[in-house]
Amino acid sequence: MSRLQQRFAELKQQNRAALVTFVTAGDPDYPHALAILKGLPEAGADVIELGMPFTDPMADGPAIQLANIRALEQGQNMLKTLSMVREFRKENSQTPLVLMGYYNPIYHYGVARFVADAKEAGVDGLIVVDLPPEHNDELCEPAQAGGLDFIRLTTPTTDDHRLPKVLEGSSGFVYYVSVTGVTGAQAATLDHLDQAVARLRRHTELPLCIGFGIRTPEHAASVAQRAEGVVVGSALVDRIAKANTPAQAVEDVLSLCRQLAEGVHNAR
Amino acid sequence: MSYRNGPDARGLFGRFGGQFVAEILMPLINDLAAEYEKAKGDPAFLQELAYFQRDYVGRPSPLYFAERLTEHCGGAKIYLKREELNHTGAHKINNCIGQILLARRMGKKRIIAETGAGMHGVATATVAARFGLDCVIYMGTTDIDRQQANVFRMKLLGATVIPVTAGTGTLKDAMNEALRDWVTNVDTTFYLIGTVAGPHPYPAMVRDFQAVIGKETREQLQEKEGRLPDSLVACIGGGSNAMGLFHPFLDEPSVKIIGVEAAGYGIETGKHAASLNGGLPGVLHGNRTFLLQDDDGQIIDAHSISAGLDYPGIGPEHAWLHDIGRVQYTSITDQEALDAFHTCCRLEGIIPALESSHALAEVFKQAPKLPKDHLMVVNLSGRGDKDMQTVMHHMQDQLEKHA
Repeated sequence: MSRLQQRFAELKQQNRAALVTFVTAGDPDYPHALAILKGLPEAGADVIELGMPFTDPMADGPAIQLANIRALEQGQNMLKTLSMVREFRKENSQTPLVLMGYYNPIYHYGVARFVADAKEAGVDGLIVVDLPPEHNDELCEPAQAGGLDFIRLTTPTTDDHRLPKVLEGSSGFVYYVSVTGVTGAQAATLDHLDQAVARLRRHTELPLCIGFGIRTPEHAASVAQRAEGVVVGSALVDRIAKANTPAQAVEDVLSLCRQLAEGVHNAR
Repeated sequence: MSYRNGPDARGLFGRFGGQFVAEILMPLINDLAAEYEKAKGDPAFLQELAYFQRDYVGRPSPLYFAERLTEHCGGAKIYLKREELNHTGAHKINNCIGQILLARRMGKKRIIAETGAGMHGVATATVAARFGLDCVIYMGTTDIDRQQANVFRMKLLGATVIPVTAGTGTLKDAMNEALRDWVTNVDTTFYLIGTVAGPHPYPAMVRDFQAVIGKETREQLQEKEGRLPDSLVACIGGGSNAMGLFHPFLDEPSVKIIGVEAAGYGIETGKHAASLNGGLPGVLHGNRTFLLQDDDGQIIDAHSISAGLDYPGIGPEHAWLHDIGRVQYTSITDQEALDAFHTCCRLEGIIPALESSHALAEVFKQAPKLPKDHLMVVNLSGRGDKDMQTVMHHMQDQLEKHA
């Protein structure tokens, strides 16, 4: 059983949803990003998404764009991102960690080398924004053959006709992008979520995690009543942007994570 | 074998092209591809397109024998394909007319576009005004500073120009921001991409709309000289004017085809926009192509004196034609382009765009070495009125340096 399967199975037994947190590797700098990463499980994160920085994050709003820039300015690159994962795994063998980003840095690194190095470092899955199922041969298939889950984004525009194609190559969980927009935009209505969740459940038995626009513990709790996981990214990343010092950033991110976890874990 | 059958069903030219976009856009892009397939076989659509090309754009554009440039070079006989005489002053409108007719067919009410030099923005604002559609143009702040006149033109035409501060504030950043708008407003909005790049079907669709340039050139040269050209020269940023000229000739082995990239301060300086000559294959903005990138696959900002060539990628069909060697891709520096700009102004009384000046500079290098019966066609893709400020600043800098 993969770490992701294991985690979602445990949570199901406990009848609670997963808090899925997103931060960008190397933001605000390597040591403090590592401190955040190491602190997240204890602060209540059940699944970790770690962003691989890219100069041109086309599907991200201002908060995560700036996080990418901060990380790259501090010299973050793929080798350092993988070494962050290795350092994290020295202390934590339970919390699933998923790398999230865009295809070009992976393509440039070399797909076979990336899959092998990511697996070896302790990565559990990948979310790559600009690889739709039309390009499954690029990374989805090699990643799954190499023991990594490939997590798909489904969106409000992914209709019933298209959903089976999108879900076919999915494993780990299904990420529902709840609004048409970039990360950090406004949130979907609960009515929309109810309909979307019902529709997705007709097509898949994989755990559903819902993201985009979720910022507060209360909001996270209401999503947690509907899905297996709640993804929070921009709100956490904003705390890094607003902190006066890198040490403050670590503290602020973990403190928001604790509040979100309380909302998510007590929702049902 | 034909070089003109691409792309395949997945939008690939060899290993280049494709549909590397967020899932949210896939259904829409598939709709667009299907709608375009239908439209291009529909006589009513083609008739409407031909009508607007003739009476609104002013096609066919002349194929002009540049007698004095020919004398100046003392070699090949140089013809200029006068795309700068089109309505709005560049080849960009050929594509905009085609796409706006498609947007109407699809019932879209809002048009967005990215622009570098502003020529595509102006052409988009123009057709949006003509058809009464809302229009939002994304333009980098660096480009806004150097292309003030075009910004004003877009506003006059009723478009909203949104400044993009991200990155270096040039074309790449404007395209990112347009994509972000598109994922947000996917139901109502048509993204009118200005070049032969982006996800399938854009590279093929824009090429088809621009191929009118090459088709006319073929007929016009046949009329004037009774034969095919010996060589074609065009500048390349994304590569739409070049692809439009080249495509109808790709299967003519006697026609030598030359694309000219922007070498900026020189490829060796790293400050350039020559993605084929100085880049590597990668994935950006929906397609696999050659990109300027660092050791980590991060995109490097391009540099060129001409805002329209200031892009770190190139259309995927060019990447493929480069890979298989059908088209030769050279590069021209800022200084060489400026010199060619002045020569064309003085000798022909034509003020070319700085983009097109790159093609002219390549002609000035090659034509003197060729026999007098060599027929060379260069695409004069745009007029230089928009570049007055840039050229003026550059001339002042030069004067100060020599003072």
